[in-house]
Amino acid sequence: MKIVYNGQKDTRLFKDTIGATIEKIMESDDKVIWLDADLMNCSGTAKQLGKSERYIDCGIAEANMVGIGCGMSAVGLKPYAHTFGPFASRRCYDQVFLSGGYAGNAITIIGTDPGITAAFNGGTHMPFEDVALYRALPGATIVDITDIPMLENILWQAKDLPGVKYIRVPRKDSCQVYEDGMAFTVGKGNVLRDGEDVVIIACGIMVHEALQAAEKLAVEGIDAAVIDPFTIKPLDVELIRRYVEKTGAVVVAENHNRIGGLTSAVQDAVAGMACGFGCVAVDDIFGEVGPQTYLRERFDLTSDHIERETKRVVKKS
Amino acid sequence: MTPELKKELELLALKIRIGTVECIKSRGFGHIGGSLSVADALAVLYGAVMNVDPKNPKKSDRDKLVCSKGHAGPAVYAALALKGYFSYEELKTLNQPGTNYPSHCDCNKTIGVDMTTGSLGQGTSLAVGMAVGDKLQGIQAKTYLIVGDGEANEGQVWEAAMFASAKKVTNLVWLIDWNKKQLDGFVEDILEPFDFEEKFRAFGFEAVTVDGNDVEQLYEALTRSVTDKPLAIILDTVKGKGVPEIEQAMGNHSMAVSAEVFDGWLDGLRQKLKALEA
Repeated sequence: MKIVYNGQKDTRLFKDTIGATIEKIMESDDKVIWLDADLMNCSGTAKQLGKSERYIDCGIAEANMVGIGCGMSAVGLKPYAHTFGPFASRRCYDQVFLSGGYAGNAITIIGTDPGITAAFNGGTHMPFEDVALYRALPGATIVDITDIPMLENILWQAKDLPGVKYIRVPRKDSCQVYEDGMAFTVGKGNVLRDGEDVVIIACGIMVHEALQAAEKLAVEGIDAAVIDPFTIKPLDVELIRRYVEKTGAVVVAENHNRIGGLTSAVQDAVAGMACGFGCVAVDDIFGEVGPQTYLRERFDLTSDHIERETKRVVKKS
Repeated sequence: MTPELKKELELLALKIRIGTVECIKSRGFGHIGGSLSVADALAVLYGAVMNVDPKNPKKSDRDKLVCSKGHAGPAVYAALALKGYFSYEELKTLNQPGTNYPSHCDCNKTIGVDMTTGSLGQGTSLAVGMAVGDKLQGIQAKTYLIVGDGEANEGQVWEAAMFASAKKVTNLVWLIDWNKKQLDGFVEDILEPFDFEEKFRAFGFEAVTVDGNDVEQLYEALTRSVTDKPLAIILDTVKGKGVPEIEQAMGNHSMAVSAEVFDGWLDGLRQKLKALEA
């Protein structure tokens, strides 16, 4: 694993990566199907519409789209289904749960615009609860995408993984953390930075905030490890417990309600361990509209918040 | 339809009814009304229409059945047992701990069940997806979908119907079990569906209404040739069909009665069977 993080924005967009990667996956595997809910222009796949019968725009009917994908799985196909995160989770949850998980069908669901990245679509479109829903689905795989190389690799893997896979990914840009072409292992977290005093566990857009925070903390004499578990389920419990054992303190950072997401998952993982615990996550409130820079501050999702929370936890432990 | 086939299918429908009642009797209660209303459709599908092989229940080019009104599981199980997918005696484990025969259809438990259903409405999209999936892979198979009339309260039913016609899913046959009753009462009192045939026609289907408890009419409808649209067949049925006491009971969605009452119902059905076999 090579970390290439330098704090600079990647010029590539997630949505372009989705479109280009799916095209390659389609070329390599004729069982793959792309389903969308009138958002192909948002998933980078619109140029394929009408060119291949394996790209299907289901219209604004997410529950039906998920059911159709699950039916396709039952006859041997490998469906991906895309819509915005809130509609890929709460809008079609019973279909994901029963037609997908319970019925034993395999489907990859891509929820774009997680949490504050919904920005100008506002609170109606801002899922802070999607991970909580998918965590409650037995056997589900949940990936919170950190950067372009991770997205590309996970999209390739997803088609052949069993069960329901939920990939939450922004549409716009990110900071590159991992080197291009890196292979990720579902259920195995990545240690991005080692440390002795505290471990920061972050996923998705909070990974680069955590790395920034760790750099600032180092200047102040706090040696923080940073782990990107990237699969919130299955969570790398062994890795997390090892680092909590080693450092005695843990801070979780996530672009999600503190209830039911990574914070809850890590709490479950470290239950019974004597350690300091903190989190930088969205309070139990609804989202709202605004630029992402404003929303980061509004919902306390910045490196400064991680830094402050880490100091508080380290001081106590 | 030949007289011989008609008699064969009527006998099968009666046997499915007997199997259904025996299945539910084993637990003492169950979804009997909506199971009996579809017995004739299941008899025609499994007895004369569907390309299936009980010895190879997963063969990819088989026709598929999605009983979206998953609570009709006992009737589906009876049809499958009579077709030879598993032992008839297994019907008597309905809803027992560890059973392979739960109230609602489960493709991971019951051999021959093509799709898990139970959360009403969901079987519609699943069936459409299976039909599209077969078509995309060049598999010459049909998917038969049974939807309850009460189930049509669900919005997903109409999302799937819109998709099926818009995308020309011509290898899909959609049956509506119009048995007039749902759990809380008459369908027209709970949420009036108006004219199903007109509705499906408006959605772009070829649509026809038949007596859904008449094997001859069912056979004609299920074997009609439609090439450019999905086919919807509205089954005008009686909930609880075949057992007068159940037909007349208002609350016949799920019934719990004594073993003696079940035996009385079975006696009546067996007498009909004997008369038909004579």
